[in-house]
Amino acid sequence: MPTVEYKGKVFEVDEDGFLAGGLDAWCKEWVEYVKELEGIQELTEEHWKVINVLQDYYRKNGVAPMVRILSKVTGFPLKKIYELFPSGPGKGACKMAGLPKPTGCV
Amino acid sequence: MGEVKKHDTPKVDQLKTGPWPSFVDDIYSYSEKHKKQACFDIMGQMELSYTNRETHWKHGGIVGVFGYGGGVIGRYSDQQEKFPAIWAFHTIRVHHTAGKWYHTSALKKLCDMWDSRGSGIVNFHGSTGDIILLGTVTDQLEPIFFDLTHQLHWDLGGSGSNLRSPACCVGKSRCEWALIDVQELDYELTMAFQDELHRPAFPYKFKFKFSGCPLDCVAAVARADMSFIGTWRDEIRIDQEAVRAYVRGELKPNAGAFSDRDWGPFDIKKEVIDLCPTKCMYWDENEQKLYINNSECNRCMHCIAVMPEALRPGQDTGIAILIGAKAPILEGAQLSTLIVPFMKVEPPYDELKDFIYKAWDYWMENGKNRERIGELIQRIGLNKFITEVMGLTPIPQHVRVPRDNPYIFWKEEEVEGGWTRDVAEFRKRHPA
Repeated sequence: MPTVEYKGKVFEVDEDGFLAGGLDAWCKEWVEYVKELEGIQELTEEHWKVINVLQDYYRKNGVAPMVRILSKVTGFPLKKIYELFPSGPGKGACKMAGLPKPTGCV
Repeated sequence: MGEVKKHDTPKVDQLKTGPWPSFVDDIYSYSEKHKKQACFDIMGQMELSYTNRETHWKHGGIVGVFGYGGGVIGRYSDQQEKFPAIWAFHTIRVHHTAGKWYHTSALKKLCDMWDSRGSGIVNFHGSTGDIILLGTVTDQLEPIFFDLTHQLHWDLGGSGSNLRSPACCVGKSRCEWALIDVQELDYELTMAFQDELHRPAFPYKFKFKFSGCPLDCVAAVARADMSFIGTWRDEIRIDQEAVRAYVRGELKPNAGAFSDRDWGPFDIKKEVIDLCPTKCMYWDENEQKLYINNSECNRCMHCIAVMPEALRPGQDTGIAILIGAKAPILEGAQLSTLIVPFMKVEPPYDELKDFIYKAWDYWMENGKNRERIGELIQRIGLNKFITEVMGLTPIPQHVRVPRDNPYIFWKEEEVEGGWTRDVAEFRKRHPA
């Protein structure tokens, strides 16, 4: 697995840039690092709201929430989520939150 | 271009022999001409897969372009040291044109772009309909998307839990049986639902396919969650003189489709009348005249396909809508089931769009994660889907046969006295 170094922290990542260690290896520096790759200028409270909801849901349920659950809990319509995370909830937000990579017929 | 390394591929090379166009030949001649290491490496990895009898692509892959949640299928080799040029080999779905008509100028531009930014290998077309650009690396995705949209004016197709790229038959562009303009319908709905196509918001994938007539040349009934089939509700048009010309042997049955074998002279009784599934046709030998009882016709297209110069579909045309087709996973394969026997459709297709939104709204709210709409219908029941979800009235055409088990649900308001009963009242008449 390749590693990346950012602000003194070392992260193991897969080819898609997802955090190999998952939530256990996640920290705030990771978010800072990913934001540049994911076309995000400035991290706002709204970004953090999405990240927190994803992490809470994952800790509780062991899977990432379906898109409409994410929308319902955050109150952000899908359009807003794409404004916050240009690659979308899967590639953008889940990666940033340290969740495992989405699978299936993607 | 630097040096390229060709791998030893004895098993793959065997596929250069035989009469069918060889994909191995194509890829090698292309890669030799363009000095593409990715093409040599793909052949090398294929040889390894033929030897080991297993794939050498890693699991999954999440890549894409900003703004969209789908359209690109990420793929990584698990033999990156042996085949470095295909360490990443992502697939890009490019939305095809309705009916797949192209001008060479458009294809040449696409090829120029792909020659320089990708492997040069394509699939014309993926089963859903897209143009498939097979194999490029992550850094090229945004430049490819920029070129596609800014220079070629083409967009990506769909992938993921969203509306996939719709597809249609050639329709009125070159088929006398097309009962609706499927290409226009395909294009209009594709444009109307761009958001649903590019940004996955559904429980799972959803496909549209449009066929101009019941012959269903895009296999809509088998391969689309929502299948739109052209149909008619008036009478088959008969040119009696042309029918007689078929009977006299002057016109070839099925437009000559069976000319490669001697099937004997055309026999209208054997090949048309007796094969009609509803037996609603009659050939009067004395009158030399064909009769069709149109009220019994189920518009299967057989007679029209056998005698295309004599019989034509009716002129009061529209679409039938069937829902639910899917491949086996999870609950078993399904063909779409009839929901709307006939709907008139005309631009801007508002009635149709309302119908689609009605189905989507319910499925998006109630569908389980990775549950196709066909499975949702199985779970909640066809009756509930037709009445409560779509707001339609059940009709005999909704079923092939009535149910043969008696496990029938009734609504409480349909039953006199309702469900609330007192067992003490019962015991007054029936002591224990």
